[in-house]
Amino acid sequence: MKALNLPVMAGLFAAGMTPAMAQELTIGLKSEATSMDPHFHQLSTNIQVGKNIFEALTTQDAVQKVTPGLAESWEAIDDTTWRFNLRKGVKFHDGSDFTARDVIYSFCRVPLVENSPSAYTIFTGGFADVVAEDDHTVLITTKDTNPLLPVELWSLAIISADALGAEDEVTFAPDGECTGMGDVPQAPAFNSPEISVGTGPYILESYTRGSELTLTRFDDYWDGTPEWERVVMRPITSDGPRVAALLAGDVDLIESPPIQDIPRIEDGGFHVVDALSNRVIYLHMQQLEDVPAIEGTDGENPLLDPRVREAISLSINREAIAERIMGGYAQPAGELLPPPMFGTSGRDVDPYDPERAKELLAEAGYPDGFSITLGTPNDRYINDEQVAQAVAQMMARIGIQTTVDASTASQFFSRRNALEFPIYMAGWGASSGDMSSPLKSLVATYDAETGTGTTNAGRYSNPEMDALLADAMSTIDDATRDQMLQDAETMVLDDYGIIPLHYEQTVWAMKSELSYEPRVDQYTMALEVKKTE
Amino acid sequence: MIVYLVRRLGQSLLAIVAMAVLVFAGVYAIGNPVDVLINPEATQAEIVATTERLGLDKPLYQQFGIFLKNALQGDLGTSFVYGRPAVEIILERLPATMELAVCALFLSVMIGIPLGVWAGLRPDSIAGRTIMGGSILGFSLPNFWQGMLLILIFAVLLGWLPAGGRGETTEFLGMQVSFLTWDGLSHLILPAINLALFKMSLIIRLARANTREVCLQDYVKFARAKGLSSRRVVMVHILKNIMIPVVTIIGLELGSMVAFAIVTETVFAWPGMGKLLIDSINLLDRPVIVAYLMLTVLIIVTINLVVDVIYSLLDPRIRLSEMKG
Repeated sequence: MKALNLPVMAGLFAAGMTPAMAQELTIGLKSEATSMDPHFHQLSTNIQVGKNIFEALTTQDAVQKVTPGLAESWEAIDDTTWRFNLRKGVKFHDGSDFTARDVIYSFCRVPLVENSPSAYTIFTGGFADVVAEDDHTVLITTKDTNPLLPVELWSLAIISADALGAEDEVTFAPDGECTGMGDVPQAPAFNSPEISVGTGPYILESYTRGSELTLTRFDDYWDGTPEWERVVMRPITSDGPRVAALLAGDVDLIESPPIQDIPRIEDGGFHVVDALSNRVIYLHMQQLEDVPAIEGTDGENPLLDPRVREAISLSINREAIAERIMGGYAQPAGELLPPPMFGTSGRDVDPYDPERAKELLAEAGYPDGFSITLGTPNDRYINDEQVAQAVAQMMARIGIQTTVDASTASQFFSRRNALEFPIYMAGWGASSGDMSSPLKSLVATYDAETGTGTTNAGRYSNPEMDALLADAMSTIDDATRDQMLQDAETMVLDDYGIIPLHYEQTVWAMKSELSYEPRVDQYTMALEVKKTE
Repeated sequence: MIVYLVRRLGQSLLAIVAMAVLVFAGVYAIGNPVDVLINPEATQAEIVATTERLGLDKPLYQQFGIFLKNALQGDLGTSFVYGRPAVEIILERLPATMELAVCALFLSVMIGIPLGVWAGLRPDSIAGRTIMGGSILGFSLPNFWQGMLLILIFAVLLGWLPAGGRGETTEFLGMQVSFLTWDGLSHLILPAINLALFKMSLIIRLARANTREVCLQDYVKFARAKGLSSRRVVMVHILKNIMIPVVTIIGLELGSMVAFAIVTETVFAWPGMGKLLIDSINLLDRPVIVAYLMLTVLIIVTINLVVDVIYSLLDPRIRLSEMKG
C-alpha cells in the first residue's frame, strides 16, 4: 500500500499546482456527435460540432438571421435560379484553395452518404442543377420555388474535393448521379484529420468516441485568428456530472446546466448567460372524431369545438409556469416562434382567465367538464413533466379532469406518432429560424404524399391556412412572405389549432473570465467563446 | 467429465438462445427508432425510406429471423446511429470498461480482505465494529449517490481529482489505457473507488464471516497451541482457508462488474460500454442494445461455465451430485 501512496500524493500535489492553460478551452457538451462527417446525421449535436471545422455558403448569426459565409453575396435571378458569389482567398485546412468545384462536390456527396440515420437530402433533394460560372460563382437551380434556399444552405457543409479524392472535373446531376466524384469516403473516414478538411476556424486534431474531441486553431482562417489555440469538447450526458465538472474546474464552459443548479453555480463564482431559444413548448389537441382516452362526453370529441380549445388555453397560467416551474428561465409564448424572428406578428400571449374558460366550456355544452389524458415526455424538454403536471392541475380547475401520462422521449414520440394521446405537450425548435417551419410541420394538414404536417399528431387541418402557407413558400420576396406567414399563423392561433405555452431559454455556465453570446439555435460554438478583459 | 462438460455447454447455449428471444422482443417493444433518429422536419417519404433501409417495416418474426441468421455468422447488426457494425462499436469501448472493472476489483480485494480479516479476528473491537458499519453503508447507499458524493468531496470541494472523463490514455498491449500516466490515473481513481465500494463491502463481510468460522476450527486452535506467531496463524492458516469462497466470488463478480458498470460510467462520464448502452437506449439504437445485451450474456455465461468447470475439477463431489440430479 505504501508504494501506491507515494505517486498518488505526488500527483495530487501536481494536480493542484497546474496553472490554468490560458490558450486552451474545454467545453462540456450535453450530448455526443454521432459522426465527424458533416453530411451523415442531421442532428443538432453533430451540426454544432461540425460548424467548428466546416463552413457553408451562408451562416446564421446568434438570432438566426442569414448572413454571408463562404458566399459573399447572393441573388435570386428568377423564381428557381440563384447566383452565389463565393468568397475569394479562402483556404482549406490542408492549404488548398476553396473554389466552386468544392461546392459542387459537397452537394453531390450528400445523397452518396451511406447508412445516414437522418439524411441531408431533405436540402439537396430540391436541386435541379448546380453549375460553376467561374471558379467563384455558382448557379443553383431548384426544381420548385424555394425562398428558404439561403437559409437551408447553412446546413450543407462544404468539404474539400481534393482531400476526398475527387476528379478534376465534377459535374452536378440530381439524385446522386454526379460525375467525377471518384471514390467517395464514407462517414467513419472523417475521424481522420486528413479527410475532415474544412475551411472553418478549427482543425480536427483527434476524435475519440465517447471521450473527447480535440481541435486546434487554423491560423489561415479567412475571418481573423480564432481565440483558442486548442479546444477540447467532452460529452458529459448526465446533468449532475456536467455541473460537477464545471465546479471542479475540469471544463471551462458547459451547456444546459439544470435550472435548479443555477443559483449554486452562480454562488461558486461562475458566469451564467441565457437567451430565448427558438424552441416553443406547445399543447396539441387531436382533431379526429374518434379519439382515445377522453371520458364523460358520450363518445364525442370535445376538442373539435374551438370554444373548448380556447377554454384550455385560457385556463393556463403561463406566467406562473415560467416563474415557478421554469425558475424564470422561460418566457410565456403567444406564438410559435419568439418575436422578432421571421414571420412573427408580435401577438399577445393568451391571458389567464379561468372564469371565462368555464363559461366557454358551458357554452360548448360541457358545464361539468370531462376527463382527458395529457401525454408528455419526461426527459426531453426542460422540466417537461413538471410543466405538464401544472397544466393538468390548471385544466382541472376549470373542470377538465386531466391525467398526465409521462414517458421517456423515445417512447413518447412513438406513441404520439401513433396518435395515442388526445392532447399532448411537446416542443418545436425552428432550425431555419423561420415561421414556415412550425407551420409546415405542426399545423399544416397531415399529408404523407406532400410531406406536410409530419409532426401534426393532433391532425389539425385548416385548408385556408394550407393554401396561404403554400403561397408563402413560393414567394421569393422576403417582405411579402413575412406578411403571408404572419397571416397564416394568425389564422391557426385564432382558431386555437395549437396552444403555445412558453419559449425555453437556453443556459450556458462558464468560468468568470469567459463570455459567450447566447444563440437562439442553442448551438455552442467554440469560435464565439471569448475571454473577458 | 466429458459428459458433464457437454451437458453444461448445452445448458449455456440454451440460456443464450432464450436471452436472444427475450432481448429482441423487449427492445422491439420500446418504440420506433425512426421517430427519434430522423429530423422532425423530414418528409413522410424520407421517413418511409429510412424505415425500409433499417428493415423496420418487416414484421417482428422476420426481423428476428434476419437477426438470428446474421448472428450465427457473427454479425450482430449495424448501428442505426453510427452506421457501423454494433459489435465493433462496443468492442471499441471494452478496454475502458475492463480497465475500470479490473482496477475496482483490485481495490476491493486489496482493501476488502485485510479489513474483513481484521474485523473477523476482533469482532467486538471498535475497529471491527466500524468496519462492519462501514460495509453496511457500502452496501445500502445507492451507487450513483456514492459517486456523486465522491465527486462533490474530492473534485468539487477539495479539487484533488477530476470529476469525470478518462483523461490521457497511452497504448498498452494494443489497447488504450489510462493507468500509465498520472493524468489518466487521476481520472481512474474516483470511478474505480465508486465501482469498488459495493464489492468491497461484499468481500469484507465474506472474509469476516469466514475468518470467524475458521478461527474456531481445530487446526487453528492447534496452530495457536503449537505456539506459532499470530502473524503466521493469520497469514497461513486462516487466510489460505478463507480464500476459496472469496476467489469464487471474485470470479463471478468480475463478469457482473464488466457488464454492469453502467451507473458508475454514467456518473463519471467514463467512456465505457455501460455509457454506450445508456446513450444507445436514449437514441433507440436497437442493434447496439441487442448486441450489448447479447455480449454481456455471453460473458456471464462463459464465466459461469469456467467457474463451474474449475470447481468440478477441484471438487469431484460437485460433478457427481450434478450427474445424479
